[in-house]
Amino acid sequence: MGEALLWLGPALVLILGVVVYPAITLFATSFGTYSITGLRKGSAGFDNYVNFLTSPDLGQVMWNTLVWVVVVVVLTIVIGLGLAQFLSKSFFGRRFVRWAVIVPWAAALVISSQLFRLMYDYYHGIINHVLLALGIIHTPIDWLGDSRFVMPSMILVGVFVSLPFTAYLFVAGLNAIPADVYEAARIDGATPWQTYRTITLPLLRPAILIGVVLNMIYVFNSFPVIWILNGSNPGVGNDTMITYMYKLAFKSGDHDIGMSAAAGIFNVLIILIAVGIYLRFVNWRQGDKA
Amino acid sequence: MTTSSSTRPSVLASARVIPRRRLRGWANARRFVLPLGGLAVILVFVSPYLVMLLDALRPNGEVLATPPAVLPKTWTFDAFVAVIGDTDFQNWLKTSLIVALSATVIVILVAIPAAYFTARFSFRGRVIFLGLVVVTQMFAPTSLVVGIYREFYDLGLINTYGALILTDAAFNIAFALWILQGFFAAIPKEIEEAAALDGSGRFGTLMRVMLPLTLPGIVTAVTFTFIAAWNEYVVALTLIQDDALKPLTVGINSYVTAYEQNWAEMFAASLIAIVPVVILFALIEKHLVGGLTAGAVK
Repeated sequence: MGEALLWLGPALVLILGVVVYPAITLFATSFGTYSITGLRKGSAGFDNYVNFLTSPDLGQVMWNTLVWVVVVVVLTIVIGLGLAQFLSKSFFGRRFVRWAVIVPWAAALVISSQLFRLMYDYYHGIINHVLLALGIIHTPIDWLGDSRFVMPSMILVGVFVSLPFTAYLFVAGLNAIPADVYEAARIDGATPWQTYRTITLPLLRPAILIGVVLNMIYVFNSFPVIWILNGSNPGVGNDTMITYMYKLAFKSGDHDIGMSAAAGIFNVLIILIAVGIYLRFVNWRQGDKA
Repeated sequence: MTTSSSTRPSVLASARVIPRRRLRGWANARRFVLPLGGLAVILVFVSPYLVMLLDALRPNGEVLATPPAVLPKTWTFDAFVAVIGDTDFQNWLKTSLIVALSATVIVILVAIPAAYFTARFSFRGRVIFLGLVVVTQMFAPTSLVVGIYREFYDLGLINTYGALILTDAAFNIAFALWILQGFFAAIPKEIEEAAALDGSGRFGTLMRVMLPLTLPGIVTAVTFTFIAAWNEYVVALTLIQDDALKPLTVGINSYVTAYEQNWAEMFAASLIAIVPVVILFALIEKHLVGGLTAGAVK
């Protein structure tokens, strides 16, 4: 035990001090009332939770969050699988393609979000310009202002910035599959699709599992894309739980730190439960097959 | 995608004839189709940043023209010159470098011994420790930001590099530990035992024998931590109010506000921040795939 502490101690101190302690602080904060400047005025009991859960905005925000996470993760995983398959083939110039896929990963989310904010712009944006020039649309679209287009526009950026990591993870997964199982499939005369379905996908399972879980966590917690692309819209019509929580504490008129903390606790529980359900579900599928 | 057949030549020789013939047409076509597909992928991933570059190379007034033009009418480096000479920008760059480098060094220093120990030894509390690490992976600083703000407020660390370094380090330990543990677990015990017989202590074995073997894993962990810290936004947005101490991710937003829309300078600043990271990433791309293969997905 003593030796374990020596080897694990530094990691443990950081995790306890900067991850667990703020989590406890958040929990404590969710039961207090605070002045606008952040001074604790007293206990709130469960008021913050009641206010949060009965807030008229909550339904819309929960729905936005569900759409955002499910659509971005599913598209990212499906496109990522295809992209990884492509990146694992050998062809002239593959190295440059792999480098290109890295670019949105290396660019900070804030930077990519600002870039898309200008490209989506109603007047000055290149996207409307190109679509008009090609005759695909006849009047410009207010991508970030028209409520029909805001979420799809944000989802596109969400998928774009999630693809590089996911594709690389799947390339790594494909590399882990031994070459001789493909050889065996070829001897058996399997078609490429059969090979993919019966060999590649099952053997890629660990990578897909990790890809889904990490993307669920990243996308749920994704802040800059929504914060920046949705920044000019009033209200919370396009917010997810994360940006809604932030607005409660730091942007709303009354800087409600207590209610924001309750939202934070709620968010932590949502992601723990969602990941738990997903893992349960895939295990169950696995058990069913065996 | 060609596979070695030296082990079973006789079986393969007869079995290959039929599919080979059928595939010859595709084999010829793929020499052109695949590189063309590659070009399309490159365009999809790079063209937005090409738009960024073209906007950084024209006068700001032209960025805000309606309708926009794809190529600049006037080519100019003014935005780059202005940004490089801007003391605010220099400060933001400095903060980003200090914070990302420090956090990365801390993560590697604390994750290596922890990963090695948990991969190699069973001890009381091992399961609890690993459980704690998994849960940390799910806690993003974003959802805890109110708690983080209150902690550093109480400690008097609002507006300090330290607060950002500690946060970035703590939240990235989990991933680094997980990758490195995969590497340590994959190294045969015999190698270590041989080193122990030669008289190396546990620490000496780790440093001289194990670390060189886990180099791809370390490269992967370093890259992920550095990128995560370099890109961190929400904690810095909340904890740093002093303009001179902001990192790039927060600072650059002040080029485009309700009062002033200097897109050309924002993009010039962004490119200065992106290009070194892309190059770094490209250089280690091979290790990255190898690191993920051995550390994460096996």
